Amino acid sequence: MKNPIENLNKTFDSRIRLGIMSALMVNASINFNDLKELINVTDGNLASHIKALEESGYIKVQKGFIGRKTNTIYLATKAGEKAFRNHLDALESIIKNMG
Amino acid sequence: MNDSEKLSSELRDIKQMMERSSRFISLSGLSGISAGICALIGAWLSADVIERNKSAVHHLKRTIENADSILYGDFIHSRLFQIAVVTFIAALVSAFLFTYRRSKKTNVPIWGITARRLIINVIVPMITGGFFLLALIKNGVYGFVAPGCLIFYGLGVLNASKYTLPETRYLGYGEILLGIINLFFIGQGLYFWATGFGLLHIFYGAFMWWKYEMNNERN
Repeated sequence: MKNPIENLNKTFDSRIRLGIMSALMVNASINFNDLKELINVTDGNLASHIKALEESGYIKVQKGFIGRKTNTIYLATKAGEKAFRNHLDALESIIKNMG
Repeated sequence: MNDSEKLSSELRDIKQMMERSSRFISLSGLSGISAGICALIGAWLSADVIERNKSAVHHLKRTIENADSILYGDFIHSRLFQIAVVTFIAALVSAFLFTYRRSKKTNVPIWGITARRLIINVIVPMITGGFFLLALIKNGVYGFVAPGCLIFYGLGVLNASKYTLPETRYLGYGEILLGIINLFFIGQGLYFWATGFGLLHIFYGAFMWWKYEMNNERN
């Protein structure tokens, strides 16, 4: 049998990335400030993890304006949702096998 | 095994984040209790005004049969309307304070994506109801104001319950049910008001406090 640990997605090997993905799974889109408050991290920290997820193609960035202020929102992509679900399934099956 | 614990806590974190980012979980049961107490005081003051001012009662009663006898403006400036407005503001402020306190305690920001969604969803049915009731008052149909308040408030709460603690929907059902019953007992509005906005809020608040907050308070 294949070791289920191999099914864990390396991209999600961080609490902040897991937080970002969890929040985007249950919300159509979230902007930067709301995400920052939800996860409780600094701007720079959040930005670097967002960048990593974006480069993996798991989240999409949409830049827009509210009046003159920039408003950047983030969405999970189809690939991101699928990868995250697989990661959750892998986590669950590992815990089950250990139990 | 240590790994298993780590992974379990990871799963817990994920679940918590999904919950935190989709529902406004700081709503305090004490907010329900305080709003209920404000409503009861308001109802008691109103009953007192009605009692002391028999001519006002006479006036109001006559309007149910004869819609044109009181002008819209008379009602707006009447004592009862003032009590209603003060009661509403007091209930809102006290409810906000307890929820603010809880959000500080649980370290969840009070103003964010979930709070915005909650407010929009409660406010749309309530503003709609507000216009509907103003139109009723304008046409002198005062008897339907109390059941209308209960029904529209209940719909607002039911709508908003998707974005906060799920048990809140039972409060919505309760208000709607009371409003519907009240439709068939026009003239008893004050009693239904006191029950719906007073007692129901207090029961709901006490239950929510018992379920979500009692243990945390002790720690």
